[in-house]
Amino acid sequence: MSKAKSLWIKSGRVLDPGSGFDKVADVLIRNGRIVSIGAVKKPPVGVELFEARGKLVVPGLIDMHVHLREPGREDEETIFTGAQAAAAGGFTAIICMPNTNPPIDNQETVQFVCQKAEEAPVKVYPVGAITRGRQGQELAEVADLVAAGAVAISDDGDPVRNSEIFRRALEYASMFHIPVISHCEDIDLRGPGVMNESYVSTILGLKGIPAIAEEVAVARDIAIAEFTGGRLHIAHVSTAGAVELIREAKRRGVQVSAEVTPHHFSLTEEAVRTFDTNTKMNPPLRAEADLQALRSGLADGTIDCVASDHAPHSSEEKEMEFDAAPFGIVGLETSLGLVLTELVGTGFLTLSEALAKLTVNPARILGIEGGALSEGGVADLTIIDPEVRWAVDCQSFRSKSQNTPFEGWELTGRSVATIVGGEIVYGRQEDEN
Amino acid sequence: MALKSKHLLGLEGVNREDIQLMLDTAASFKEILERPIKIVPALRGITVANLFFEPSTRTRFSFELAEKRLSADSVSFSKDSSSVRKGETLKDTVRNIEAMRVDLVVIRHSAAGAPHFLARCVDASVINAGDGAHEHPTQALLDMMTLREKYGSLEGLRVVIVGDIAHSRVARSNIWGLNTLGASVAVCGPKTLIPLDVEQLGVDVYVHLDDALEGADVINVLRLQFERQTQGLLPSVREYIRQYCITTERLADAKENLTIMHPGPINRGVEITQEVADGPYSVILDQVTNGVAVRMAALFLLSGGGV
Ligand SMILES: [Zn+2]
Repeated sequence: MSKAKSLWIKSGRVLDPGSGFDKVADVLIRNGRIVSIGAVKKPPVGVELFEARGKLVVPGLIDMHVHLREPGREDEETIFTGAQAAAAGGFTAIICMPNTNPPIDNQETVQFVCQKAEEAPVKVYPVGAITRGRQGQELAEVADLVAAGAVAISDDGDPVRNSEIFRRALEYASMFHIPVISHCEDIDLRGPGVMNESYVSTILGLKGIPAIAEEVAVARDIAIAEFTGGRLHIAHVSTAGAVELIREAKRRGVQVSAEVTPHHFSLTEEAVRTFDTNTKMNPPLRAEADLQALRSGLADGTIDCVASDHAPHSSEEKEMEFDAAPFGIVGLETSLGLVLTELVGTGFLTLSEALAKLTVNPARILGIEGGALSEGGVADLTIIDPEVRWAVDCQSFRSKSQNTPFEGWELTGRSVATIVGGEIVYGRQEDEN
Repeated sequence: MALKSKHLLGLEGVNREDIQLMLDTAASFKEILERPIKIVPALRGITVANLFFEPSTRTRFSFELAEKRLSADSVSFSKDSSSVRKGETLKDTVRNIEAMRVDLVVIRHSAAGAPHFLARCVDASVINAGDGAHEHPTQALLDMMTLREKYGSLEGLRVVIVGDIAHSRVARSNIWGLNTLGASVAVCGPKTLIPLDVEQLGVDVYVHLDDALEGADVINVLRLQFERQTQGLLPSVREYIRQYCITTERLADAKENLTIMHPGPINRGVEITQEVADGPYSVILDQVTNGVAVRMAALFLLSGGGV
């Protein structure tokens, strides 16, 4: 991309959650960097003007948990289409999980993803596997993975069952200052479960996944992180008990961070009553008390990030009986709207607190650039219309997949432009839904 | 009068009037079954598809017979869903049903919610003939019909459902229906086979059989699947028998008017002894007869027939 261009984002409300900066100001960008934040007196010749009056100008959003299906299931998503969906959703950077086929457990595959990422409209950072083949048996070559560009390691979807291996993973990863991202789930306790175990699963006759399947694993991982001093990041927290365990661990000074998905703070297991397979995800939608605990955990800082766990599946795969359908939903194009509507609109979080969960916090956890607005800093920005009301329409998704439980939801607030390295990689048309 | 719903997917949320209507209609069809010529033209010109994705001879025969008695055209399909690729058949089925212009679909499937999937996709009315551990509404209706014949009303009747509650669609449908008709329901089984928060359904929960049987008017005995042992839910079938098998000795203090039910097929000597199954309290054969009448009623009412 050409970097000689300059862009003048005029009169937006510039909000940088990391520094607390929050003023109506101009942002001037040149050569992919932010030149100034403040009034532009003498615009450079040939500058492109972006009128941002009434809009929010914030650091480019980061989604630290997405599943792109390349390599392996390019019919469901590619790195490119996933990045397009990210751009449309207001994200300037996404972090992709290694459960591809083949998995991202070696240097070549990391390089493959990074190469593909160069053509993508947003930044794509791969997560490497913890173990070879994501089999939970032997450590992957983590130094190689990091050298090739992996920003964390995880066996997401297939948690490391063997506690000894998980211990060594935390120790080994700490040498490279990367977090170990854990999908906390006791596989035996999950068994063949397909939804939260509760009164609802009892009446539906669906096999339950108890909250303890998550909590036992969170407790184990925290104990190991505390012992090793390694950095643990807990993916998609879904239960009240897990929130409490993390809160306690943070109080003790354990190096643990956590994320929550928009669906877990917006929906409960009640949604499963229709047997709609777009309500089937792992961890499952939980009870109302869990949803409230997740919101409280976001509010008091126990939960650091919002991440979508974007998991594209073809309609062929999702249109079947509940037991047989795969887990997961897409999320890149609804995440910001849900944060603004369900967390900010309801008063659980201030705008700045909410945006921190999508910007500075994931950037700090992963040690990647961006997530902040500063003069001289990288020009990754998202421009948001906080007032616009829109309806979710999966047919308009840039993602290759449409599996969302939010179809038809009315949301307030949406990105209107996504800027990566000073380039507008996505601009929403006025009449576009 | 007509039913409020286009489908019969379960008894959850079905109100008293609709249940009574189905039971009344079944009672009048039962009279037909007792005539020398057991056939009426009520469903002439109506096409019914029986889709059995799970082996079940009893329920399938019962539906097929009900359809014959009502002069419906019917086609049957039966395939064990464990032998075909998951998901495939259900979608194919939807396409076929649309092509064949079927009016009513009867579906049995091992996955909970499969009838709901169908109901969303096709124009036909759907009758759930058992979906996983979810519901089996016609079974519960025939159980209630049998009890109504014997007691006149279900109001205040103490019904104890014994066995593998967790995996039983019969238990769930019975609980919904019996509660709606004013019976008092208890469930009894090993803790590992009692589903979480089941008491929220408005049932008393027992783990010891003798406690549960005190004051019972009706005992509905569920079939035990032997695989519960290999799944780690039971130490052994032998131990299950010792604790939960309905035997003559267990019934020593039973009410004179006690009723023993079983949805079949029976594991004799496991959940119930031969002696009790064939004994004076048993209404197991009445249940089979009433099954046809209840299914006639469901088919008739969902095909748009009113009474
Ligand atoms: Zn996961």
